[in-house]
Amino acid sequence: MLPIALDILAQANAPAAQPAGSLAGAALFYAFALFCVGAALTVAFSKNIVRMAVALMFALVGIAGLYFLLNAEFLAAVQLVIYTGGTLILMIFGVMLTSRKAVSRFQPKRGEYVLAILIAAVLLGTLTLAITRWTSANPSPVVAQTEHDPYALSNLGQALLGDYLIPFELASVLLLTVMIGAAYLARGRRETS
Amino acid sequence: MLTITLTHYLVLAATIFAAGVLTIMLKRNAIGILMGVELVLNAANINLVAFNYFQHPGTPAQPLLTGQIFAIFIIVIAAAEAAVALAIFLNFYNNFATVDVERATEMRG
Repeated sequence: MLPIALDILAQANAPAAQPAGSLAGAALFYAFALFCVGAALTVAFSKNIVRMAVALMFALVGIAGLYFLLNAEFLAAVQLVIYTGGTLILMIFGVMLTSRKAVSRFQPKRGEYVLAILIAAVLLGTLTLAITRWTSANPSPVVAQTEHDPYALSNLGQALLGDYLIPFELASVLLLTVMIGAAYLARGRRETS
Repeated sequence: MLTITLTHYLVLAATIFAAGVLTIMLKRNAIGILMGVELVLNAANINLVAFNYFQHPGTPAQPLLTGQIFAIFIIVIAAAEAAVALAIFLNFYNNFATVDVERATEMRG
């Protein structure tokens, strides 16, 4: 199932169709985009924390699909494994460990709702305006991308263990520190006599 | 309209960013706020990968992957942040029996 899906994505991403000029590429982009935006808005407006977690999962999976369209196959796999497989499970554990009663008490007031939506809409409008102005002033060069092998990971691996070796090692130190720190913070309450 | 450009990806990322900010503003549950933060970080990642793809792809023989590598580091840091934040929330829950952020004003000392 998955290899077939990967093949379809690779064909939609075929060199002749670059940069994403084909009908299939555009249709896939709009499908993933609508999916992501719908899921992200569900996260924002859902009142149930479990439903929010499920919607967040859908948004993350849709973003992984977008990474496929951008020729970032490894990143898409990382997104699926770490985000939807790891971080989200962690959050669902957090939800289960911290919700004792029905979780419907965390409601903002009506005025706060209106203010928040207003702020978000102004933010989105400003960003869109800035983006369209900037991109019309600085059009992307149309890059002739030939011969893209969707399964070639060696370049990414060589970059991670070459130019970016020190950040790569620092990330492992960070993860170790975080693991110890999180275990220390979340330890059971010590019984003090 | 049918040619997907950098603008399409940037506007999509801006929309997800705005939804994340909206989530942060609307939720009082600390874990809900963390979910909003994840949406914001993902919007940033889309921007990085899209800029990498449209502006600096390099050559086919020697592709430039800076944006993708930064996105990978952001994912790692987001995972670390989620772990630490959830540990803090669990600790808070142990002390206050709630994860309502309005109660966090009592957390001094």
